[in-house]
Order: sequence, then C-alpha cells, then structure tokens
Amino acid sequence: MTEVLIKNGFVFDPLNNIDGQKMDIAIKDGKIVKKVSNERNAKVIDASGLTVMAGGVDIHSHIAGSEVNLGRLIRPDDHVKDVVKKTALTRGGTGYSIPSTYVTGYRYSKMGYTTVMNPSMAAMKARHAHEELNDVPMIDKASFTLLGDWWFALENIAKGDLEECARHIAWMIRATRSYAIKVVNPGGLESWGFGRNVHSIDDEVPNFCITPRDIITGMAKVNTMLNMPHTVHLHTNNLGVPGNYKTTIDTMNALESVYTGDKPIGHITHIQFSSFAGDNWAHFKSGAEEIAKYLNAHNHLTVDIGQVTFADTTTMTADGPFEFALYELGGHNKWVNSDVETESSGGIIPFHFKRKNAVNAIQWSIGLELSLLIKDPWKWFMTTDHPNGGPFFHYPRVFAWLYSSKAREATLKNCNKKAQKKSLLPSIDREYTLYELAIITRAGTAKALGLKNKGHLGIGADADVSIYNINPETTDIAKSYKPVRKAFGNAAYTIKDGEIVVKDAEIVATPSGRTMWLDVQTKEPCRIDDKIKSKFKDYWTIEFDNYPVTDHYLKVPEKIAIKASV
Amino acid sequence: MTKVFNSVVCTICGCLCDDLEVTVENNEIVKMKNGCAVCEAKMVHGYKSEERILKPHVRKDGKLVPVTMDEAIHKAAQILTDAKYPLLFGWTSSASETQHVGVELAEELGSALDNCCSVCHGPSVMATQEIGIPTATLGQIRHRADLIVYWACNPWSSHPRHVERYTAFTDGRFEKSEFKDYVQKLKAKSGQKKVAAAIRRTRVRYQPPPRPQTALVEAPPQTLAKDGRRMVVFDVMKTMTAEVADYFVQVEPNRDYEIFGALRCLVNDQELDVDTVGGVPVDYLKEIADVMVNAEFGAIFFGLGLTQSVGRFRNVELAIALTRDLNRKTKFVVSPMRGHFNVTGANTVFAWQTGYPFALDFSQGYPQYNPGEFTAIDLLRRGDNDATLVISADPGAHFPKGAMQNMVKHPLITINPDWNAISRLGDVVFPTQWCGIEQGGTAYRMDSVAITLKKVVEAPKGVPSDEEIVKRILEEVKVIKANKAEKEDTGKQVLQETAAPKKRGSKTLKKEL
Repeated sequence: MTEVLIKNGFVFDPLNNIDGQKMDIAIKDGKIVKKVSNERNAKVIDASGLTVMAGGVDIHSHIAGSEVNLGRLIRPDDHVKDVVKKTALTRGGTGYSIPSTYVTGYRYSKMGYTTVMNPSMAAMKARHAHEELNDVPMIDKASFTLLGDWWFALENIAKGDLEECARHIAWMIRATRSYAIKVVNPGGLESWGFGRNVHSIDDEVPNFCITPRDIITGMAKVNTMLNMPHTVHLHTNNLGVPGNYKTTIDTMNALESVYTGDKPIGHITHIQFSSFAGDNWAHFKSGAEEIAKYLNAHNHLTVDIGQVTFADTTTMTADGPFEFALYELGGHNKWVNSDVETESSGGIIPFHFKRKNAVNAIQWSIGLELSLLIKDPWKWFMTTDHPNGGPFFHYPRVFAWLYSSKAREATLKNCNKKAQKKSLLPSIDREYTLYELAIITRAGTAKALGLKNKGHLGIGADADVSIYNINPETTDIAKSYKPVRKAFGNAAYTIKDGEIVVKDAEIVATPSGRTMWLDVQTKEPCRIDDKIKSKFKDYWTIEFDNYPVTDHYLKVPEKIAIKASV
Repeated sequence: MTKVFNSVVCTICGCLCDDLEVTVENNEIVKMKNGCAVCEAKMVHGYKSEERILKPHVRKDGKLVPVTMDEAIHKAAQILTDAKYPLLFGWTSSASETQHVGVELAEELGSALDNCCSVCHGPSVMATQEIGIPTATLGQIRHRADLIVYWACNPWSSHPRHVERYTAFTDGRFEKSEFKDYVQKLKAKSGQKKVAAAIRRTRVRYQPPPRPQTALVEAPPQTLAKDGRRMVVFDVMKTMTAEVADYFVQVEPNRDYEIFGALRCLVNDQELDVDTVGGVPVDYLKEIADVMVNAEFGAIFFGLGLTQSVGRFRNVELAIALTRDLNRKTKFVVSPMRGHFNVTGANTVFAWQTGYPFALDFSQGYPQYNPGEFTAIDLLRRGDNDATLVISADPGAHFPKGAMQNMVKHPLITINPDWNAISRLGDVVFPTQWCGIEQGGTAYRMDSVAITLKKVVEAPKGVPSDEEIVKRILEEVKVIKANKAEKEDTGKQVLQETAAPKKRGSKTLKKEL
C-alpha cells in the first residue's frame, strides 16, 4: 500500500492534546505511523495553511434500515428537488432529506466524515439494515439494536434476572451484528402495541408489571455487565412533549442510581427534543438551562444534541407513539407507523422546520443553548439526529452557529419574534474553537463509542484524516464564518484508511467502508434449549434458524470481540 | 442419499413461510412438510418441469438455437448497448442480490427500469406516497389483532397460509386462535346438510322462507360481537376466504371507494342520508364501524381488487385514511397482500439505491420516477423503448396485446428458468436457476422483513444464477461501451488529423496568395 505524508498542516487532535500545532502526519498501510519509510515514494500532501483533523465520527445518524427506506419510499417529492448524476466513478441517486445510500456515503465523505453510527435498527429487520449499509460507500459504520422493549428483556428484567437478560442481549447483539444497545421510549413502544403510551418513568407498562425506570436502570446494568464499549444509547420517554425536561431529569437521576463512578453510564440522544419546558404548545419554552445545569454538575452521562437546522426534512424514529402525537398536531399529510413484533415500533412524518414558526425556532434555540451552556465539550456531541432535525449535510451550518455568535445573530434575526424574545442566545457569548469543534465531532464521539483507533491521529490509529481549507493563523473563524462554513462542507482532502478518497471536494475513490460489530462473549453462553426455541416460535413469525444475520450480509465485516463479566 | 433441510423458505407468495421441512433424495426434492398446496406444486413438482431451459439460446434466422454462454452474454450486451432506450422489467421472483445488480445495469445503460409492482400493488405504493401508511409486521397482528378485515383479496387461495400463520388461526400472546371455532362451524354446516338431506328423503316439500332481496349482503351475524378474533371479508363475490370468515360483505364491483367513504363517516360519528352504499345497507355498515371502533387491535389486508379496479390508488388511499381515523379511537393497521415472493424486495432495493420503488428511468443520468410514464405497460404501449430485458417474470402471459406487440417488434432478452410464454418470444434466452431452490439469496416478506432463502438442490450443469447472468451482462456492457468510446476517440483523432492539414493548407495557401 502506498504511503502518505501530510506536511505542515495545523493539526487539531484533542485526544493527544494537540491544539493547532504545525506538524506532519505519516500514514502507512491504512494506519498512522511515526514517519514514512521514504519520503520520495510517499504521496505528499502539502497541507500548509490547512487544518488537519481526524476523520469525523458521527454518533447518531439514521442512514439505513427498514424505517429509513420507508421514509425514502414515501418521499418522491423530496427526491425530485435534489438529483445526483452518475459519473464514471460514482453512482447516481437522489437526496434530499434522506439521500439514497450511495449519495449518503459520498456526502459524508465530502464533509470529511469517515465513521457513522446508524442508531436505530429493529432486530428483526437487521438483515435489511446491513444490506443497505453495504451500499453506503466511503464510511465505516455500525448499528445499534433496539432492545428496550424486547419481550425477552422485559420479562427477564421483571423477574429480576439481569444476568439471564445480559446473556440474551449478548446473543442478540451477535445475531444482529450490532454495536450497542439502543433503548427508545422504554415501555412506551410496548404500550403502543395497543395504541397507548407511558407518560413518566414510573408508569406501569401494560401486561409486563414493569416501569420504564426498571428498564432504564436494568439496561444500564446489563450494559456494564457486558463490558460494552459504548453506553446505553437512550431516547427518553415523553420525547417531543412540552414540559418533558422533567422526565429527562428523572431519567438522568435514575441512571445516576446505577453509576459506579469510572466512566459514563448512559448516553441520552437528541436531547434537544427532550429539553422542552412549558405546559403546552402555546406556552412552549426552553428547558435547556435546567438540563445544562444538571449536566454541568454530573459526570455520569454523555449527550448528543439533535440540532434543528430549518429544513424540509423527514422525521423518523422508533418512537411510534411520538410520531402519532405529531401527526395529531395536524398539518401533516403523510403518517407512517410501522410496528415490529415483540421488539419495537416506528413512525415517519415529513416535517418542515420553519424559522417563522415559534416552536420550531425555539427548538433551534434550545439546541444551541444546550451546546453553549454545557461547559465540558467531552460531555456533548454535535448531531442533527439526521434526518430528524435536519439532514446531515447541514452540519457546517451548525458548526457556524457554534463558532460564531455573528452567525447565530444572523439566523436569530430572521426567526419568529416570540422565539427571539424567549431565546437565551443573545446572552451567551461563548464561541467554539477549532479544538473544541474537533472534540464534539470526532474525538469525543470516538471516546464515547469506545472506538480506540478512531477520532485521533496518534500512532496506530486508523488513517482516517480530513483536511479543511481553513487557516487558523490568518482567519478569525468567528468573524468570517461563511468561508469557514463552506470549507467544512467541502473538505480539501478526506483520507479513508490511508487512501485519498476526496480531493478538493471531489470524490476520487470509492472504497467500501467496514461494518463494525461486537462479538460479546459471555462466560456462560445463552442457553438455547428447546424451551427457548419454542418460546422463540411463539414470539416471532421467523424461525429461530433464520433469525440471526450471517457474515454473508456484511460486505466488509470488522468483528470486535468483547469479554463480558457474566 | 437422503438429506432433510429445516426452516426452508417457500418462494411463492409474499407470506414467505420459512418453516418448510424439505427432504432431498439424489439431488431431487421428494417430500415437503408444512407447505401449502401451491408451495408443494412448485417446490416438489413444478421446478422439475420438462420445460426447463438448460442452455442459452439466440434467435438466428427466426429460430432459437442453442449457443455458448459467452456468445449469449455478448449478444445480450450488444443489444442493450445498441438500443437507444431499453427497458429492464421483472425482478420480483429474483433474490434482492440480483435486483441490486439490476439497478446498476439500468444506470449504466440509461434505460427504463420497472418491476411487476407496476401491474399489481403499484397503486398501493402510490397511495402510500400520498398519505403514508400505518402498518405492522405480521407477528404484531398475530399477537394482538382481534379484528381482521380482508378486503378485495382471497388469501385462502392466493396466500394459503396467511390466515393460519399470521391472522385468525394462529395463537398469539394476547389473542388465541379461532381454528376450533372454524371446525365447529364446519361441523354445524355438515349437520345442516344432513338435515336438508333427511328432509329431502321424507319427500315433504319444504319451502324455505323467502329472503328479502334488498341487498347483496346477509345481515351481520350475532357472532360479530363475540370475544376473541373476528374475521370480516369484503369482496365482490363469495370466495373461499369469505366462507371461512365470521362475516362476509358482498360489495358491488367498483364501489369500494364509496364504502370506505361511508365507513369513514360512520367511524367519525357522521350521519349518512342514504340507505345503501355500494350495495350494502347503511345499518350493516354501522354495525361494522362499531365493531371496528370497539376492537382492541384491528388489521385491514387489501388485495388487487382495490388496486386494479375503478379508483385504483384512490381506493387504497381511502383504506389507509380509514385506518388513520380508526387510530384516533383504537389501534389499527393496514397492509397490502403482496403477491410475488420478492416484490417487496424489488421496491425496497430500488428505493434504497435510487429513492424510488418502481417506474424508474435513468435516461438523464440520474433516477427519475413517474408511474404512467415509466411503468412497463404504458411505456410499451406507447412504443417508447427499442429493446427489452425481461427477468423472472412472464409478461408474455399477462401483458395486454398492444404492449406485447410493441415489445416483440424490438429485440427481447429473457432470463427465466423455464420455457414460459415470454421465453419462447425471446431473441436471447438465458437459462437460470430457481431462486430459493437451486440458489440462495434474500427476499423481503410482505411486511418488508428480510429472510434468507436456502439452496436445497444443485442446479443442472451449466445453468447459472440470474445474479451471475446480470453481472456478466453488466461487465460486457461496460467493455462494449469502453470500446465504443475508444473508437469514437480514435475516430475524432483521425478526423482532426485529416482536418488539420487542410487548415494548414489553407493557411499556407493564404500566405502563398
């Protein structure tokens, strides 16, 4: 394999405490090395005057799977306004809010992202998700399995047998080739089976004698038992309901009760949608201050934001009851609900976030308030919960709002008047530095996900590098935010596993990324006896033998073995 | 040598039953357990058909002659690259891996691409694009549904195990099977027959009381309000499924739209000012609306009777709208009864690669979607395309005459396992393996759950999988296109070279002058 030498770039590598120093990065055989063997044989990239970072790591972006694809299917109106032509090297496709698989890969790569987590995969539909992920080129990816309302887990938690629960979940993680445990509206999805929902973490889940609190703490304990690299990935109860910040704080308190003190115990995802205050939509307010205060005082959690970017997008979540509530608010012509037996549910609604809508504008403000009020950038990460808050290729816009108060002001000026009055943003003058941006987009996410070889440029790391046309010495990013925003959307170079894949925002190579999955080895394997098999037959409409995803479905699999403590 | 395969997947309808037990002796399926009659007909007998294509054929002087695979591939690729606007049609009885390559081939050719969805549940997909769809996987219905409505479909014949595996006759966690009830009903029926026979034997002239002829439908039975699962069938005639159902409503043909409208009114507490709608008395509809609202979990399954009768996708739209309205009062889901075993897969694969499920066109270099323009029949009837590739489908037996006439005017390539109507019309005819019997792969059930198909017997020698054929055609097309481009380049160069001296000549001439 050819060697690459990136010379004289300004390197931002927070995991190795490098803050904009001018240095060289050497790459050999897809890994970062100390130096290249022979500079003359190496491909040299002159990065003088450019910013060098590790490849971006996205912790939460719905890019593939049954639900995402159903979203694509119902939105021809969305695709027709964003078409992508085939070239000699790249495949054609369509955008906009849910780009087709190839376009997804290309667009991520153009932004300098090299790893993306697909956070919501119904176990029964895992095969589909992996088939689709195979068609997402350029990036490494992994999926999180929805396990919070899985009958086997609920029954074992209700029985109090967490070890058995852990063994089942280990089996499931392996069977679905997944990377983490995702819990969505715990208890609510099961209730939605009969059209109901839970409204606090102490409501009882019908038919199971269990509360969401039991599920949240149980899953967090199971996650620790299994030594999973990532924490439980939690989508809270009451998401999208005014006044839900109280539920969120209850949830965070519940997680604190099982915190052991060494590393975070949970990750609350798209927390913007869970930080609403006010009693109803008319009195809708931001609960960002309370949430940020809590997070500043506690260390047991990480969060990602789910920033709203004002776009005509498509909301999709496994939280079926939430999507129905959104549909009931009116003004939506399409509503999809897709329940999955014994496991989960799902919903899709096309949604246009508008500046002039008070609630939408306040939501935008909440996301930024949280981002700016949470002091420690290692605790929160930047996402738009693609495509829920806005499509992922709007990330540069979000960066601009973070590193430039001028950009924030410019957008706020055009927002709904009522929202402007309520917004805390004018009172915040914090501006993110490139170093902090590197934390919330790569270093922090890689650390939270337990990806040791990603998110940094230390020796031995994967050679995923992005180079942006930003000169931190000569440009004041806060003042001239527009060219910098453009530079973030159009990487000068993206290097994936030591291969240059993007040059001057043009795709020059299209490798297939790897699909990472965990092989969780429990001390005692999950008992699969006749009793379990017959139970399996009762619960699902697929035979036991046909349920697990085989390696055949992963184009480039990367198995990560984990030793569990049960 | 006898070998038994468990959990084999049936490749007939959208149910994709995956619990077959197949016994193979000497590379031949001899016995099958758990499958329905249709499944047995294909998996045990049909696939061994004497009409099997074993060699690639190319039409020479009006006759199909066996040729080598290389020749057939080259010929097919040549036809597709020479054509200005080919159409690639079929795909629904292929594994999703094949469909995957198919999209790439269409993109490379800049052709039209369509699947059988356009002649069955295309309108359902369009209705979904209009207003979405509240749906669920089949297991959810099995566990929870206490009201099952089959509308304009006849699963007892078309999806024989649907009722047994997923709806009324299966045990779920919260709802039990109604199979015993059904057996009792059968017994009662035979009892009635015996009584009737006894009456005949006594030679007493028995006159049944005259029935009012006001409506096509019987009055709703008392049992409609019973506990447990209930099954209601709406159809234009009394099908096998209707015989099994708790209540059958006979609808006048092409009047489904009105009945959905009336039901929506009733569910939303409106009053109707007429006595009958679509041949059904409003009082009866009221009772059905009541049953729907009071169900814990209801499911509507609809079939081609809605999508291919007057109203088409508008019918389906109202079926979905009714389900949405019912969700305000209780929990309801709706689901199309997809036909071919992997038609859902075709929609799925096309959608993730291009954003659109069927009726695709790549002539502009990017995918375009327009049912009515790029759907196979419309395109053929207008005579827009000048070559066709048909894979795992038989439009020869099912398409209208006008469309077929235009199709056979131009070169036709077929990829099918046996000599069906379309293969006989082909100019290049490929043999292929039976998907799900001789070849594995992935298929999507009607609720878009992906299931792995199993290979149980070896294909006859020299018969490749359709995935391999399409892949090889794609490679050959790329080679031919590259050669063409090269030739054009050299052609241009030659032209330039011949043109250049002239220029120089003129200049020198000017100078000389």
